[in-house]
Amino acid sequence: MIEGVTLVEIMSLTTILFFIGVYGFLTRTNLMAMLMSLELMINAEAVNFVSINKYLSPAILQGQIFSLFIIALAAAETALAVAIILHLFRLTNTIDVKEVKTLKY
Amino acid sequence: MNEFNYVYLIPLIPLLTFLFLGFFAKKIKEPISGYIGTASLATVFILSLYTAYKYFFVVGLVDGKYQAVRVMIKEAWLNFTDKLAIDVGIIIDPISVMMLIVVSTISFMVHIYSLGYMHGDNGFSRFYAYLSLFTFSMLGLVLSSNLFLIYVFWELVGVSSFLLIGYYFETPSAVAASKKAFIVTRFADMFFLIGILMIGYFGQSFDFQTLNSEGMIEKIGHMIANNQIYSFMGLSLFTWALMLVYIGGMGKSAMFPLHIWLPDAMEGPTPVSALIHAATMVVAGVYLVARLFPLYFHIEDGYALGLVAIVGTFSALFAAIIALTQEDIKRVLAFSTMSQIGYMMMALGVSKYEGHEGLGYMAGMFHLFTHAMFKGLLFLGAGAIIHAVHSNFMDKMGGLHKYMPITSITFLVAALAISGIPPFAGFFSKDEILTAAYEYNKVIWFIGFLVAGMTAFYMFRLYFRIFFNKKKEYEHAPHDAPFSMSFALIFLAILATTVGFIPFSEFVTADRIPFQSHIDFGDPLVIGSILMALFGIGIAYIMYYKETNYPQKLAKTMGVGYKWAKDKFYMDELYIFVTHKIIFDRISKPIAWFDRNVIDGFMNLIGLTMEKLSDKTKGLQSGRLQDYAMYFIGGVIGIIMLVVYFK
Repeated sequence: MIEGVTLVEIMSLTTILFFIGVYGFLTRTNLMAMLMSLELMINAEAVNFVSINKYLSPAILQGQIFSLFIIALAAAETALAVAIILHLFRLTNTIDVKEVKTLKY
Repeated sequence: MNEFNYVYLIPLIPLLTFLFLGFFAKKIKEPISGYIGTASLATVFILSLYTAYKYFFVVGLVDGKYQAVRVMIKEAWLNFTDKLAIDVGIIIDPISVMMLIVVSTISFMVHIYSLGYMHGDNGFSRFYAYLSLFTFSMLGLVLSSNLFLIYVFWELVGVSSFLLIGYYFETPSAVAASKKAFIVTRFADMFFLIGILMIGYFGQSFDFQTLNSEGMIEKIGHMIANNQIYSFMGLSLFTWALMLVYIGGMGKSAMFPLHIWLPDAMEGPTPVSALIHAATMVVAGVYLVARLFPLYFHIEDGYALGLVAIVGTFSALFAAIIALTQEDIKRVLAFSTMSQIGYMMMALGVSKYEGHEGLGYMAGMFHLFTHAMFKGLLFLGAGAIIHAVHSNFMDKMGGLHKYMPITSITFLVAALAISGIPPFAGFFSKDEILTAAYEYNKVIWFIGFLVAGMTAFYMFRLYFRIFFNKKKEYEHAPHDAPFSMSFALIFLAILATTVGFIPFSEFVTADRIPFQSHIDFGDPLVIGSILMALFGIGIAYIMYYKETNYPQKLAKTMGVGYKWAKDKFYMDELYIFVTHKIIFDRISKPIAWFDRNVIDGFMNLIGLTMEKLSDKTKGLQSGRLQDYAMYFIGGVIGIIMLVVYFK
């Protein structure tokens, strides 16, 4: 619990962070930039978990443990995504999603 | 009742022969397969005679009555319900034993005859295989102990008839004839099957002994009296079931109006016509009625039996009129067969049940027996003539008596027998039929009487035109058939002369209790029918013994009537009209149109709509990752909205 800071303020921050991530994911066409936006969204959630745990039921630690899981998962996911992006670059010589649209009807 | 256990061998031997000859038809050369078939039939013949001897003389009467013996091969072979099951078994009673004799005798003679007739034919072994198949089916039919089993064999004889009519499968007309025979009889059998199922439903049994028992007749009568059986058009469904079964019999026995296949069936080899389309298979309908006779007679005062009598009488007259005018000798014989079977049906129809009253039944069975002998003989004789002259048409024949004395004499015996001249076989049976008909109904008797005269006339028209009349030019001199053929002719001629003296009423009667019957030559009925036959023969003699112009004159006076009879009263054309113009054009084509346009159209419409719809929506799957993310987020927001605002 941080003195003088309410849960609403923290959640407002994470919401803003999350939607910045969403905005970035939808507007940027560079895959690396989209990946970064994704990380923003994930981190916003992780902060949410910690703060809600701390403010609402400080006696138990599930929320904090979950955020640890989220960090681990995000790391693994990033590794995988970067591998895919690298491979894509090798195949098509670009990492622009607008150029990569063979996966259609 | 184990002393008749061996009887299952009688149909089994021809079945094994069929399988053997059928599998090795290509390997076995000409005479051998014939000898194998004939030897197996000889065994069957001897076994049948032995069975008849044992049944009538060794076991004989028990309590003044011939008992029906049943040999079960498998009980409850096929279960319908808990109570209703099909058994496989053999029934031995006077009529089945009589039929055993008829089938095995004629089949044996035809086997011997075919050794000569089919000599040099490419399909010799195939022919003998088919003959064995037919013999097996027919023997199975007569021995079947229940209605369903008889239906199985009924279809089997239909198949073997189909195979044998279409034996010369290179000839298009033979193929067409075999198809016609099969389809017409199958059409009738559909009614037969419905009838069987109805009888099974109401009677809770298929077994002949159970069905014909007094208990069953009482039970059904009781059910009808208490309205426990639905009625339709004033008749109970049980009577309808019997009529439907009879329609099956009409199809096989070529009764009007289902007779159209029989004349065409003459496309088959002549021994086949003798065996199947004269002596055995076509009387299956008569046999069926005789089998269920107690039911036909007792249920609803024999209403169904009345139908048998009417159809039989009409067919007898109808066929006799056509037979007067035909030129193809085999067709004359075919129509004559139809007419004589009509006679048998008539005899059953006019019969009563007990004792001497059951004269019609006994006479019908007797006529079946004698008819098989002399009609088989007539067909085999016709085969010998065709063999010598290489034509079916009477115009090509004449004066053959000098060339073929044996054939001529045996043919004369058969013609006298069918005309009803004593002491030949046909006289006795025909006379008893007429006596029974006279007691029943004068109109039916009169038609029968008229038909007797017509029969004598057309048979002797045939005889005189073939063997006397004007001598024709032949490519090579016709001569009597080889020994095997002549042997069969002579053997059957002896039978046709003598079987009339069998005291039939002491063996085969409706209630299985023998009675005495004898023919009184002083009776005006007997004298009348003999005179009628002689009258017919006399006219034929005047018109055809020498070449005269009476036939042409007579045909001219008859005018349209003659032409109608010659064209078989346009029954074939009527059938073609009904099937092609009415059924095909008015029913089948609209149904086909409906199927193609409405049913298929509906399915196509669904397919087409789906295709259009997916064409419109496939743009959603653009392959652009960010579009998908957009939809996803939109969807999530939408769901959250729903949950928050519309819970």
